[in-house]
Amino acid sequence: MAYAAGVDVGSTQTKAIIINEDREIVGRCLTDTGANVVVAAENAFAEALRTSGIREEEVEYVIGTGYGRYRVTFGNTQVTEISCHARGAAQMFPGTKTVLDMGGQDTKAIRVSPKGEVLDFCMNDKCAAGTGRFLGAAAAALDIPLSDLGNVAMKAERPVKISTTCTVFAESEVLSWLGKGKKIEDILWGVHLSIASRSTALLRRVGIEDEITFTGGVTKNAGMIKSLEQALKTKLNVSDDSHYMGALGAALFALDHILAGRVPTEEKETA
Amino acid sequence: MTEINKDELVGRGNKEGADLFREWFDDLADHAKKGEGAAYVFVMGSMAELLHVFDFPLVLPEITSLQTAVRRVADTYLAEAEDYGYSPDICGYVKADIAVQLRGGQHPMGQIPKPSIAVMTNACNTYIKWAEIWERIYKIPIVVIDVPATRAAGGQFQPGSSDFERDRKYVEAQIRELITLCEEVSGKKFDIDRLRESLGYANDMNEGWRRVLELNKSKPSLFNAVTDGTVYLGVSNNLRGTKKGSQFFKNLVEEMEYKSAHGIGTQIVEKYRLGFVGVPCYPIFRRFSEMFTEWGGNFVHSTYLNFASGGGSLGYQYDVNRPIESLAEGFLISVREAMDNMFHQDRVVIDWVKNYDLDGVVYHPIKSCRTVSTGLADGRRAMMAATDIPSLFIESDMMDKRVVSEAQMKNRADAFFEGLASRREMAKLAQS
Repeated sequence: MAYAAGVDVGSTQTKAIIINEDREIVGRCLTDTGANVVVAAENAFAEALRTSGIREEEVEYVIGTGYGRYRVTFGNTQVTEISCHARGAAQMFPGTKTVLDMGGQDTKAIRVSPKGEVLDFCMNDKCAAGTGRFLGAAAAALDIPLSDLGNVAMKAERPVKISTTCTVFAESEVLSWLGKGKKIEDILWGVHLSIASRSTALLRRVGIEDEITFTGGVTKNAGMIKSLEQALKTKLNVSDDSHYMGALGAALFALDHILAGRVPTEEKETA
Repeated sequence: MTEINKDELVGRGNKEGADLFREWFDDLADHAKKGEGAAYVFVMGSMAELLHVFDFPLVLPEITSLQTAVRRVADTYLAEAEDYGYSPDICGYVKADIAVQLRGGQHPMGQIPKPSIAVMTNACNTYIKWAEIWERIYKIPIVVIDVPATRAAGGQFQPGSSDFERDRKYVEAQIRELITLCEEVSGKKFDIDRLRESLGYANDMNEGWRRVLELNKSKPSLFNAVTDGTVYLGVSNNLRGTKKGSQFFKNLVEEMEYKSAHGIGTQIVEKYRLGFVGVPCYPIFRRFSEMFTEWGGNFVHSTYLNFASGGGSLGYQYDVNRPIESLAEGFLISVREAMDNMFHQDRVVIDWVKNYDLDGVVYHPIKSCRTVSTGLADGRRAMMAATDIPSLFIESDMMDKRVVSEAQMKNRADAFFEGLASRREMAKLAQS
C-alpha cells in the first residue's frame, strides 16, 4: 500500500494529511504556524504520521501547499493552495462546481471542473477584509474566544450594519457600536453578514454555480456557514475535514505522482 | 547584396531601442541646460508630427515618470508629492512628475526641461487635470484636442461617411488652432513641408509597428510584448515623426522578419502564449515578467502596445499631399483606437485569442489608474464567455511599490499556470 501526504502551510495554521491508495484519509494534523514555518511543517507532518501509525519511509510523495509551500523542505514539490482546494473539494464533494475557501488572510472563489481542475479563480484584494482575520479582529475587540464567535452571533435579533471594509477599522467600528449600547450578538452577526456579502461578491466574479463547497479554517464557524447560506440562498457543502481541504488536495496530487510513476508491467517489457 | 549577420541582427531592436532612449533623455537634458522650453505631451495622441515642425523638444511625462519606477526610485518621488499634498490615491505618474517639477526637473535619467506648452487629448481624463498643474506652475498654454470616441451604442464612424467627416473636421479645426498657438509660443512660422516630412517618418513608424505586432503571430513568438515590446513602444512615442524613429522601425521589421523566417523566438521555450491587458507593473518590471516566463509563458500581445502607442499600432498612413486634413483623420482614427483598447478591450482580446493562438490572458488592473482599469473585470468576463481560454486577474500598480505584493501575485500566477498545465493534460488525454 502506497501513501501520499499533503502539507498546507497557511498564514495562521498548518495542516497535514496522509492518504492511502484508496484516497482515504489515514492521518491528519492541525497546528499553529507560528514564526518558524519550516518547523511548523515538520511538526504537522510528524504528528500526521503519528496519528496514522505509518512510518515516514512509507510515504512515497509529499506535496507542500499554502503560502509556506516552499518551506516544506522535506516535500517533493509544491502546488498552490488554489489548485489544492479545488482538487480536495471535488474529491470530498463530487458535485462541487464552486469553492469558497476562507482562510486566515485570504478568501478565494474558485470555479472547478468535475475532475477538480481550476476553471477560474478570484481572491480578495491585498487586504484582509472578508477573511478569517476580520473575524479575529472582531473577536479580539469583543474579548470572545474565536471558537464561540459563530454561536454567539447566531443569537442576534437586530444585527447592526458593519460598513467598513478594513479589518483594522472593523475593530474601532465594533467598539463604536458597543459604545452605542448595541448587543454583542447583534454586532457579531453584523460582522458575519459583512463578510458573507464580500464573499458573495467575490464568488460572483467567477460565477456562482451549485454545488458550492466551503473550505478553510472559517468552516469551523457555524455562524459563517449560516450567514453565507443566507446570502447565497443555497446550502453549502461542509464537512469536519473542510479545514484540511488544501492539504487533502495536495495529498491527492501527491498520489497522482505515485500512480503516474508506476509503469504497467506490459509497458515496461515493451520499453 | 549584404550578407545578414545573425548575431548582429537578433536583439538589435532592444539594443537600438535602449540607445535611442538614452539619447532622448540626453537631448532633453541639453535643452534643459540651455533653458529651452519643451512641449509636454502624452502617449495617447502626442501630436508629435506637428510639434516637430516648431522644433519643440518633446517631454512625455508618462514615460519620465514610469522611468522612476523602473529605476526603483519612484517611492521617493511619490512621497515628495504626497508630502506636498497630493493624495496617495491619485495617478502615480502625476505624482512622480510633480516631484520632478518640485525638484526643478531633476530626474534619474537627466535634467528634464520645463514646459512652454502642453498638448493632450481627452483619451485620459487625468491628462487634463495634470496639465492644469503645469498651467498653474509655469503659466503656460495648455491645449486639449477633443477626439470623438467610439460611440458604444452605434460603433465607429468610418472614413467615407458623413458622420466621420464631421468628426474629422472637428479635429482639424482644433489642429489649425493649435498651429496658430504653436507659432506664437515658438516664434516660428508653420512650414507645411516640414509637416509633410514628419508625417512621412510617422508613416514608416506606424507601418513598422503594425508589421512588428503582426509578426508576433509567429510560433514561437519573436518578442515578449511586455518586456521587449515596451522598449519598442518607447521609441514609437519618444521619436514619433522623426528620421531616427523611422529607421528604427525599418530595422526592427527586418529583425523580426528574419527571426520569423528562421523560427527564432525569445530566450525561453514557449509553452504558453499569453495576452496581456493593462499597463505593466513597472516597480518590479523584470520580476513580473519572470513570474510568467519561468513557467514557459510568453506575452505575445498587449493592449498596452496599442493604446500607449496612441493607436500607432493600426498602421495608419497619412496622405502627405493633404497634410493637415490627413493629420486630423489619422489622429482621430488612431486616438480612437487607443481609447478602444482601454474601454472596449474585450473585442480586441477576443480577436487575439484566435489570431495569435492564445492559451490564456492576463488582466492587470492598476490601483492608481482607474481610467485604464475600470472595465477590465467586465472585459475579462466577456472574453471568457466568448472563448474557451482561462484568464488571470492580478492587481498591482504601475508606479507604487506599496501596493505591489509580489508573493500574492506569484501565488496567483502559479495557480494560473497549474490550471493551464492541467487543461493541456486533459486535452491530451481526450485526444488519445
